[in-house]
Amino acid sequence: MKIQPQDATATPRLLEVADLTVKFALRKGTLPAVSGVSFNLGPGERLGLVGESGAGKSVTGFAILNLIAKPGFIESGQVLFEGRNLTALPEDKLREVRGDRISMIFQDPMMTLNPVLTVGTQMIETLKAHRDISDKQAEAIALEKLRKVYIPSPEKRLAQYPHEFSGGMRQRIVIAIALLTNPALIIADEPTTALDVTIQAEIMDLLLELCRTENMGLILITHDLAVVSQVTQKIAVMYAGRIIEMGLTQEIISNPLHPYTQGLIRALPQSGSGRGARLEQIPGIMPSLYNIPKGCAFNPRCPKKCAICSDETPALLSRGSGSLVACHCV
Amino acid sequence: MNVEPANTAPLLEVRDLVKHFDISGGLLEQLTLQGGRMVRRRTLVRAINGVSLTIQPGETLSVVGESGCGKSTLARAVMGLYQPTAGQVRYGGERIDNLDSRAMMPFRRKMQMVFQDPYASLNPRMTVRQILEEPLRFHHPGHTEAEVRDKVAEVMRQVGVRPGWADNYPHEFSGGQRQRISIARALMVDPAFVVADEPIAALDVSIQAQILNLLMDAQDQRGLTYLFISHDLSVVRHISTRVAVMYLGCLCELAPADPLFEAPLHPYTQALLSAIPRLGGKASGHIRLTGDVPTPINLPPGCVFHGRCRQAAQRCREEVPALREHAPGRFVACHAVEEGRI
Repeated sequence: MKIQPQDATATPRLLEVADLTVKFALRKGTLPAVSGVSFNLGPGERLGLVGESGAGKSVTGFAILNLIAKPGFIESGQVLFEGRNLTALPEDKLREVRGDRISMIFQDPMMTLNPVLTVGTQMIETLKAHRDISDKQAEAIALEKLRKVYIPSPEKRLAQYPHEFSGGMRQRIVIAIALLTNPALIIADEPTTALDVTIQAEIMDLLLELCRTENMGLILITHDLAVVSQVTQKIAVMYAGRIIEMGLTQEIISNPLHPYTQGLIRALPQSGSGRGARLEQIPGIMPSLYNIPKGCAFNPRCPKKCAICSDETPALLSRGSGSLVACHCV
Repeated sequence: MNVEPANTAPLLEVRDLVKHFDISGGLLEQLTLQGGRMVRRRTLVRAINGVSLTIQPGETLSVVGESGCGKSTLARAVMGLYQPTAGQVRYGGERIDNLDSRAMMPFRRKMQMVFQDPYASLNPRMTVRQILEEPLRFHHPGHTEAEVRDKVAEVMRQVGVRPGWADNYPHEFSGGQRQRISIARALMVDPAFVVADEPIAALDVSIQAQILNLLMDAQDQRGLTYLFISHDLSVVRHISTRVAVMYLGCLCELAPADPLFEAPLHPYTQALLSAIPRLGGKASGHIRLTGDVPTPINLPPGCVFHGRCRQAAQRCREEVPALREHAPGRFVACHAVEEGRI
């Protein structure tokens, strides 16, 4: 599992996830939520983690920050970020990274903002937890970040509570908070899923612009291939806890190799496919983590299944085209 | 399948429908001080403000719009789940919005609904068989046990759930299977008209295609007419004959699906369609709307979209635009389109 995408070897690494395995110890058994996930990110690079619910993409995001709470645990693997292994770092050292060098943005801005504190208080509190500065200095930085995310009249907005903002504005606030400490990496977990399509387009624009101007890395976790294809340079597709295909965004979208990725792309209604034409569907459902099929986890749903697929788990290997694929039949 | 609109009598007609919700609460909450005097004030959410449309037999009319535009309220008012504040709903030429529950019964058999969340819309304490039998026994009390049993098995087979699972409970099924069961429940009484309110929004991508195929198959086999509510515009384009675009409780544009998606007329439709994420597209290719959606509590005067519209002129701020037929079958409510400014 030590194969790296070719483009990553040229640039210095910001993040290196190697053979990460996360499990949840439950009464019914130990569930492998993430199994042997490896990928790299260069400074300012944008990666999309794509998959359906239960694929392990959010758990991967949390595991990078070593934020897996009991009964979950990181069984093995390394997360090297700016030269430190986050899986082995003590809690007080982790604080220098979490919310400082790496910020996280979640799906529902109403759940991540504290409803009883003003936006200003929350921003200043965050900054002062990480920097030794005065309230005045903190406020100045907060104002600067609010301007960066295009919040109109930021001075007035600082004194307001989250409920006084619309959904899109709230997500902008969350992004502004994530920016406070000038992080090198942002992990955004479904940041626009709760938002309308016009607002989603604005937020994605904003994230893309900020990554470019601030040279921030981005891990965008989403189920929406179309959104990912517009924002990221690389895509990793996850299924039942493993990365099953990874490569350059353009390559994955135009020439998907894994039957699951192909199915995901073909299941989307395309303009020009004709009204009422049947959509290509992937039969069956994502397996439960209690009951991951032996061999390739996708084999019961796979149209190209052969004998070896139900015996041996395929490794994520390069297939010449630049993408890495975990499939026996490619 | 290609029913030409306007040639046949509509199956369903909505005329000048208005639905306002009173959220002012109790008497004490309504009282406010104004200039030293106690004033009683009511707060209304203006969810639908004068919507008219028709649905032809066999077609799929989709209503699209962002959250709070009134699309679900419209669906529920059509089904008689909400009493309209004003306006009419007609089914097969007969007015149904003012009927009591007994007089509504024959229409309930013909009109069924599928809801968004299959986790919330199936009773967790009933088996699939009980869930499916209930509407049949209620509407056809004369059916024998054998008839009921056969019908359950037949419909389950049609929606792709093995009839052998009929004695299981909803929690034993996946989200996609549960949505199949909700669709089966709607089909049990052989309706002619089905309202589907975001039927795939809660499902994963690979399952969405399965459910859309099922809905299209059911339409082909049974000649169903759909009122389809969705915010997913690429899905809407795929399955609809006509599309209605709503904004803040008003209809902006109503047109056959292909012309609407190829050349939208209303500035809001243009912005909405340009924001659809496309595989491999550019993120910054969309029309930027300024400002936020106003709340339906304080509706702006004139055209409800004028605050965010680049084409807005003085007339747009004062006069509500009417929905006019711009080209055959294409209706749009916009002063700028009417005046030829865009």
